[in-house]
Amino acid sequence: MKFSLTWLKDHLETEASLQEIIDALNAIGLEVEGVEDPSELLAGFRVAYVLTAAKHPDADKLQVLSVDTGEGDPVQVVCGAPNARAGMKGVLGLPGAVVPSNGMELRKAAIRGVESTGMMCSARELDLGEDHDGIIELPEDASVGHSFADFQASSPIIEVAITPNRPDCMGVYGIARDLAAAGLGTLKPIALPKFEASGACPVDIRTDDAKGCPAFFGRVIKDVKNGPSPDWMQARLKSAGQKPISLLVDLTNYLMLAFGRPSHVYDLAKLEGAIFARSAVAGEEVLALNEKTYTLDETMTVIADDAKVLGIGGIMGGEDTGVQDDTKDVLLEIAYFDPARSGVTGRKLGLATDARTRFERGVDPEFLGQGLDLLTGLITQLAGGSPSEAVHAGSPPSEAKVVAFDTALTKRLGGVDVSDDEQRTILTSLGFEVAGDWQVTCPLRRNDIEGPADLVEEVVRIHGLDKVESVPLPRVDGVARPTASPQQMLERKLRRAAAGSGLDEAITWSFLPEDVAEHFTATDDLWKLSNPISEDMKVMRPSLVPGLLLAAKRNADRGAGATRVFELGRRYFKGKGGASDERATLGVVLAGEKTARGWANGKAVSFDAYDAKAAALTLLEAAGAPTARLMVMGEAGDQFHPGQSATLRLGPKNVLARFGMVHPATLKAFDMDGPVAAVELFLDAIPAKKASRGPASFARPSFTPPALQAVTRDFAFLVPADLAAEDLLKSVRGSDKVNITAARVFDVFTGEGVPDGQKSIAIEVTLQPQEKSFKDKELKAIADTVVGAATKLGAELRG
Amino acid sequence: MTELTDQKQAALAAISAATNLDALEEQRVGALGKKGWVSLALKTLGQMSPDERKEAAPAIQAVRGEVAEAIDAKKAELETAALEAQFASETIDLTLPAPDQPKGSIHPVSQVMDELAEIFADLGFSVATGPEIEDDWHNFTALNMDESHPARAMHDTFYFPDKAEDGASMLLRTHTSPVQIRSMKAQGAPIRLIAPGRVYRSDSDATHTPMFHQVEGLVVDEDIHLGHLKWTLETFFKAFFEREDIVLRLRPSYFPFTEPSVEVDVGYSNEGDRRVVGGHGDAPGHDWMELGGSGMVNARVLEFAGIDADKYQGFAFGLGIDRIAMLKYGMNDLRAFFDGDPRWLNHYGFSPYDQPTLSAGVGVRP
Repeated sequence: MKFSLTWLKDHLETEASLQEIIDALNAIGLEVEGVEDPSELLAGFRVAYVLTAAKHPDADKLQVLSVDTGEGDPVQVVCGAPNARAGMKGVLGLPGAVVPSNGMELRKAAIRGVESTGMMCSARELDLGEDHDGIIELPEDASVGHSFADFQASSPIIEVAITPNRPDCMGVYGIARDLAAAGLGTLKPIALPKFEASGACPVDIRTDDAKGCPAFFGRVIKDVKNGPSPDWMQARLKSAGQKPISLLVDLTNYLMLAFGRPSHVYDLAKLEGAIFARSAVAGEEVLALNEKTYTLDETMTVIADDAKVLGIGGIMGGEDTGVQDDTKDVLLEIAYFDPARSGVTGRKLGLATDARTRFERGVDPEFLGQGLDLLTGLITQLAGGSPSEAVHAGSPPSEAKVVAFDTALTKRLGGVDVSDDEQRTILTSLGFEVAGDWQVTCPLRRNDIEGPADLVEEVVRIHGLDKVESVPLPRVDGVARPTASPQQMLERKLRRAAAGSGLDEAITWSFLPEDVAEHFTATDDLWKLSNPISEDMKVMRPSLVPGLLLAAKRNADRGAGATRVFELGRRYFKGKGGASDERATLGVVLAGEKTARGWANGKAVSFDAYDAKAAALTLLEAAGAPTARLMVMGEAGDQFHPGQSATLRLGPKNVLARFGMVHPATLKAFDMDGPVAAVELFLDAIPAKKASRGPASFARPSFTPPALQAVTRDFAFLVPADLAAEDLLKSVRGSDKVNITAARVFDVFTGEGVPDGQKSIAIEVTLQPQEKSFKDKELKAIADTVVGAATKLGAELRG
Repeated sequence: MTELTDQKQAALAAISAATNLDALEEQRVGALGKKGWVSLALKTLGQMSPDERKEAAPAIQAVRGEVAEAIDAKKAELETAALEAQFASETIDLTLPAPDQPKGSIHPVSQVMDELAEIFADLGFSVATGPEIEDDWHNFTALNMDESHPARAMHDTFYFPDKAEDGASMLLRTHTSPVQIRSMKAQGAPIRLIAPGRVYRSDSDATHTPMFHQVEGLVVDEDIHLGHLKWTLETFFKAFFEREDIVLRLRPSYFPFTEPSVEVDVGYSNEGDRRVVGGHGDAPGHDWMELGGSGMVNARVLEFAGIDADKYQGFAFGLGIDRIAMLKYGMNDLRAFFDGDPRWLNHYGFSPYDQPTLSAGVGVRP
C-alpha cells in the first residue's frame, strides 16, 4: 500500500517526523518497503516570473524569455511553449536540475544561437500529468524564487507491506489508527459530509445468497454530475499509484484506499428491475471491467439485476453497468462478501483485484452503514444529486469474539514485562474492549484474533519488540552431545570422501525434462508436476546421472577439459499410500579428458569403466558397505554401454551401485561427445550398521601383525576367454582360507602362445605363515590346492 | 733401495695418470697384489739379517703406505667423477609440470549445512529431515493455512496431479516447516531441532530459483519465549559469521504458523558492492536486511502436531541457506549454485578437509 504523508495526516494528528513515522510503522509490523520523496525529484525547479517574451531571431516557434528567478539578475531562457508570455508565473528548471520525466540534467546551452539558462517546464516534463501543450501556469500569488516542491506541497510517499492478517490496515485510516495506538499521535474522527436523504430507495435491493453475501447496503442518488475529481483527491489517489478516472470512480477508489472499504457505483439507467446478490448459475458468463469474459459456477456470488449479471461479488464489477461521464443517476453498493468464498472465487477465476484482496481477508463488518453514508456524503458534496434513503439488506457478521486473557501470558510467551495497565491501554487504543476481569472483546474488523496469543502479539508489537531481551536457552551439563543420525553421518562422510577423491560436488535441479527422466528409469510412474515452470523442469528425477550429464554437457559446451562431478541427493519415486518414496543417492559423472595431453603421457586419456569402478568401490567403502563381499554383475541399465558397465551387489538382488560407460545412444540424446563414465550409488540399499553406542562400542577387534614374513607365489593359468577374472580369483582365494591372505591378478594376456578362445591370467598369491615358516613341502601342497581349485573352472597351469 | 724408489716414482706417476678404475686396479695389483713389487720387496725382508731388516723394513713399509694412499685417493677421485658423469646424464627439467592431482570440492550449500549442524549441535539441536514431495496437510493445513487461506496463494506452489490415499493434494514443499509437524508428531515435546533441505517455489528470476535451500529451527518446551528465540538467533549468527557485533532487529510480522510472528533483520554495511553483516542497522553507513521469519509456534500448529498446547510452547524460525551462504562467502549469483560449473565449484567450493568444527571455527577463510 502506498500513501502520502499528507494523506496519513488527514487521519492522524501528529507532530512526528517522517523518520519517526517510518520507524514506528516498522516497529508495529507495518513494514515500510520504500519511501519516495517527490520534493527530491523536483530539486532545482523553482517558481519564476516571466518579465519579457520576445520572438527568437532564428526560429518561428521559439521565444526568448527574460525570467526573474527571485534572486540576482533575470536569466534568459529559450522556450517553445505557445503559452509562454510576459507577466506569467511558471516553473523554471535551472542548470543542474534533473528533469523527472526523462532523467536529463539541464545545462546552460545555446539554442539556435541564443543562450538559454534553464528550461520552463510542462506538467509532463515534471511527471505531474499528461499536459504537454504548454508550460505550467502558476497562480499570481505564487511566490517567485520559492522552490516549486514547496509550492506544490508535495508530500513524501510511504509504501508499506500489509500482512494478510491485517485487512484493517488496507486503508490509510487503519494505518493511522495503529500509529495512534503506538503513541505517534491522535486518530482524527472520520469527517462525514452531511446530506439529506429523502424518499425510499426506488430500486429493490436485496441479497438472495446469505452465505456468499450476508449484507448488501445501498441507495440511489439522482441527478449527479460526473466529471474530474478535485485536486486533493487526485493527489491522494496518485500517491497510492491509482490513476484518477472520473469523480464517481475515483470516489469508490478513495473509499477503498482511505478506509479499506470496496464499493461500487452503478449507472442506474443501465439497470433493469431489482438489484441483488445471488449464487451464480453454472456456466453463466459475465464481461468484467477488465473487458474479459468470465464463466462462473454455482459456488460464486454475483450481483445481478432482473436481466443480467452485473458483477462478480467481491472481485470485480461488470463492464456494462459502470458509470460514464454522462451518468446521471447512480446506485451505490456497499456489500459484505464472505472472505473464504471471495478467495475461492478469485483463485478459480485467476482474478486478483484490490477488492478481492480486501474481501478475502475480511473487510470491517461494522463499516457498511458508515461507509455508505460517507460515500453518499462525498458524492453529494462533490457531484451534487439527491440521495434516497439507504437500504440495509441482510446483516454482516456481528458476533464479536471474546477472549479470556491472562496478562501473565505476555511475559510467558513474549518474554517481556508489560504492566497490566499498559496492556489495557494498548488493547483499548486498538479498539478492543477490556472488561475488569480481562474478558477482551475484539473489534469485528480484527478477524485475525483467534486467542490469547494474538492479544500477546498486539501488546508486544505496540509495546515494542525491541524491548524483548535475549535469554539463553537452558543447556545440558557438560559438552554438547552428538546429534547426527547414522544416515547423516554416512552422508557427511561420503560427501567428503567423494570430494577427497577429486570430485566436485554439484547441486542440480530435482526436476528433469520428461523424456530425460523417462529415459533414466524402468518405471513410468514418475512424479510429474501439474504446473512446471518450464518443460525442462517437469518430472522429479528418478536418477542423479542425467542432471550431472546435463551439467557435464554445459561444461563441455563452455570448453571445459574435464568434468568430475558428484551429487548427493534424492531420487523420487511413488511410495505406499500415495506418499513419496525419496531415496538417498550419490551420482558421479566423469566426462572429458581424465588426463590432458602432456609431455609425459602424450595423447589425452579418456575416462574408462575402471575409473567408474574405482569410484564406485572407493565410495562404497567410505559408506561402510562390505566391499569385499560384493558381486560384480550385469544389468546396469539401458543408459549404460552393455559391455562396459556392471552393478555391484550384495546378494543377487540387492544392487548397491551401478557403474560404467554411458551408452552412446544416451550420449547422443544429450548431444554429448563421449566417452563418459558414470556411477550411481543407492545409499538406501546399503545395509545399516548395527547401532551401537556407549564406551565399549569404540573398541575394535584385537589384532597383532603376524611376526613372520609373508611369501608370494605366482601362478599363470590358461582359462576360457569368457571366464570372469573375479571367478578365478575367488576360487583361488577360497582354496586355502588359512594360509592364503590375498590373491590378485597382475597380468592378463591374449595373443602369441595363447590358444584361440583362451586367455592367460597371472595371479600373485600371498601366503601368510602363522606359527612357523613354511617348509617346501607345505608350499608345494598349497600350490597344488590352488591349481586344483583353478582347474575346476577349466583353468590350466601354464608351464 | 734406489730400485724401490724408482719403482715407487713410476707407480705414483701411473696412478696419477690412471683415467679409470681398471687402470687403477692394474696398478694396485702390480704394486700391492700377491706378486706385486711391493709385496715382493716385503718378502725379501725374511732373508735379511736383523740389522739389515731393521733398516730396510721401515723404508719398504713407507713405500707401501705411500702407494696405497695414492691408490685410495685416486680411486675416490675417479668415483666422484663417475658419479658426476652419471648425474649429468640423469638430470631432468623439474620445471616441467608434474601429473595433475584433481582437487575435489564440497558445495557451499553442503558446507554451510554442516556449519549449521555443528553450531546448533552445541545448542542441543538435532538435525531432522522430511520428504520434499509433501501433502498439503503437512505443508499447509497443519501449519494453520487451511484451503481458503490467502497465504497459501502467496506460496507459488508446485503441485502434482496425484492425491494421497487420504485425498490430500501432493505438492513440492514450499518451506521446511512440514518437517516441524512430522518431527513433533514422531517425537513429541520437548524438542529442539533444525531441518535443512531443498524447498521449491514456482518462481524464477535473477534472484529466485524454483529450487532453493532453507533451514527450519524449532524449540518446544514448557517455558520457551520470544527472548529465547532472539538469543538463539543472535547466538547462531555470532557463531556463523564469527563476529560479536551482530545486531538483530525483530519486527512484528505475520505467518499463519506462528503467533506472535516476528521478522528478523540483521544490521549490515556495504563494503564495495558487498554486504557485510555486523553493526547496528541504524548506525551511519548501515542498514537492515531481512534474514528470515520466526515466531512463537501457533497453538493450533502444536495441536495439529499432537502436542499439548496448554503445557508446551516454543519458537520456530526459517532461514534461507543459500542466502546466508552468499552473505558469508561472497557469492552474488544464486543461479550459479545449481549449474555444476567446475570453475565456480573450485572457486566457491571447499576442501573436503575443511570439516567445520567448533574448535577450529565453523567458517573457512580463503
